[in-house]
Amino acid sequence: MTDPVLEVRGLTKRFGALVVSDAIDLSLNPGEIHALIGPNGAGKTTLIAQVCGMLAPDAGRIRLKGQDVTALPARARARRGLARTFQISALAMEDTVLQNAMLGALGAAATPWRLFRPVLQDAALRATAEAALSRVGLLDKAAVRTAELSHGERRQLEVAVALTLKPAAFVMDEPMAGLGAEGGQKMTALLDQLRHEAPILLVEHDMDAVFALADRISVLVYGRVIASGPPDAIRADAAVREAYLGDAA
Amino acid sequence: MSREGYVNAALIAGLIGVPLWAHVAGEPFTITLATRAVIFALAAVGLNLALGLGGLVSLGHAVFFGIGGYAMGILAFHAQTYTPMFPDWLNIEGTKSMPVIWLVAVVSSALAALVIGLLSLRTSGVYFIMITLAFGQMFYYFAISWRAYGGEDGMSIYLRNSFPGLNTLDPIQFYGLCFVLLCAALWLTARIARAPFGLLLNAARQVPHRVETVGLDGQRAKLVAFVISGAITGLAGALFADLNRFVSPTMFSWHMSGEIMIFVILGGVARLFGPVAGAVLFVAMEHVLGDLWDHWHILLGLLLLGVVLFARGGVIGLLAGKARTHD
Ligand SMILES: Nc1ncnc2c1ncn2[C@@H]1O[C@H](COP(=O)(O)OP(=O)(O)OP(=O)(O)O)[C@@H](O)[C@H]1O
Ligand SMILES: [Mg+2]
Repeated sequence: MTDPVLEVRGLTKRFGALVVSDAIDLSLNPGEIHALIGPNGAGKTTLIAQVCGMLAPDAGRIRLKGQDVTALPARARARRGLARTFQISALAMEDTVLQNAMLGALGAAATPWRLFRPVLQDAALRATAEAALSRVGLLDKAAVRTAELSHGERRQLEVAVALTLKPAAFVMDEPMAGLGAEGGQKMTALLDQLRHEAPILLVEHDMDAVFALADRISVLVYGRVIASGPPDAIRADAAVREAYLGDAA
Repeated sequence: MSREGYVNAALIAGLIGVPLWAHVAGEPFTITLATRAVIFALAAVGLNLALGLGGLVSLGHAVFFGIGGYAMGILAFHAQTYTPMFPDWLNIEGTKSMPVIWLVAVVSSALAALVIGLLSLRTSGVYFIMITLAFGQMFYYFAISWRAYGGEDGMSIYLRNSFPGLNTLDPIQFYGLCFVLLCAALWLTARIARAPFGLLLNAARQVPHRVETVGLDGQRAKLVAFVISGAITGLAGALFADLNRFVSPTMFSWHMSGEIMIFVILGGVARLFGPVAGAVLFVAMEHVLGDLWDHWHILLGLLLLGVVLFARGGVIGLLAGKARTHD
């Protein structure tokens, strides 16, 4: 058996009396898409924030490629190969699409302290950024101000920035949120390819996408993983149907 | 060339043409006004780097302006009195050489910016404004109590400092020196804005959490920007002291910090030539309106209100339209 790329053990986080992460165990294996589903407020985004280092857990460990990264800040985890996309797009709206992708390329190249040479003339960075934009189908919008993009295009750009990092693992927070049927299908096809580059921990409400993509599904309710397993088992799980899926699945 | 390019070129042309005309026409006072505008512009170019690109609303940039001023004042004072500086521990001579004074001004204001930045960048928003303001007041009261260098009265330097190959007492020559330094600072800022560092700083202002997620250190970028910013404003302080041949604690006062910020906002935050347009407009108003009416600051206040409410891009924004993001 291969070692997991990302491993979460006993992760616990409280906001006052509210337990948002309740002794969570989770792993992400090479080549897989592991979907994390659960009702609104279940603690999915909070879990991701801890995995990526934006929020410190009260207890538990997080391992990336076998190394304990629990004490490392977000940027150190990013440099070790963790790429996050945000539920609410976190893009520099005043900048162009290309500049946003270049920022990711700059992070991957770790050369931000150059004070003089124009960044847009750096051929290597530009190649990385443009390749990522082309992967998500945004290359023809490279020169457009990000604020002028449609909602769906911003979701694509989120993924493109993550791609520029050439990460060891993706952590995606609702990449399909707000996409229409067509946009959702395009994103599904994209993620389906991406899993071969790096495994994806995928938080998603779109059940069509989840059941089409996921190799494994974990269900989070009130901060606890109530079920985890292959899609068919999750679909059949009575507790899951009651807590979350209802009659939809 | 873009519309903003033409506006910038027109400003530069004016800053060359008007003083030259004044020189030919024998109007040294106009040259002095232009020098004042150029020095203020330089101070504001410094602030614009922190404020416009880094989003750091510093109400303490008078600290660096004052440090530059006192660097000049202290060095020149010891040179003109032939006394050694800090005889107990440094025991070095003063100097009347501008390049040396500038170096001391730039290095000491950069160091001050490093310390102030390290402490105040732990906060943000209104707390950042308050901490930088507090540092300004600390330096102000320190200068007032520093008897050796004139205390509250400040000190006069009898002869303008020297620059190799120039007669700095000739107004047009001193103006030229200040103008060249302003151009150098503008060039530096333009390069920084387009460099990888500029991209990082720009993103750190808009979406700090994004910057962290791609493995970059946004806080460190802001600190570096704050240091460069302070150094530029410090250089302007040294020139301002040389223009007036006088330094006093008012260079450290929060009025001064406010004025530097007004230059930037009036001209256009984050626009390369915003500080230049703002400082020129300010000095012109101060001269023309100040002659007519003692309370001309009321008009300045109204103008500022108008800019903040209706013309966020300031003068440059009005003349050149929205900022372009791509080049
Ligand atoms: N900083 C905070 N302080 C206090 N409570 C918080 C904080 N952040 C999140 N919460 C609470 O924690 C719970 C989990 O929030 P979280 O955003 O992780 O849910 P989620 O599963 O991502 O929901 P959604 O599907 O709506 O995105 C919510 O009840 C939320 O109100
Ligand atoms: Mg969420």
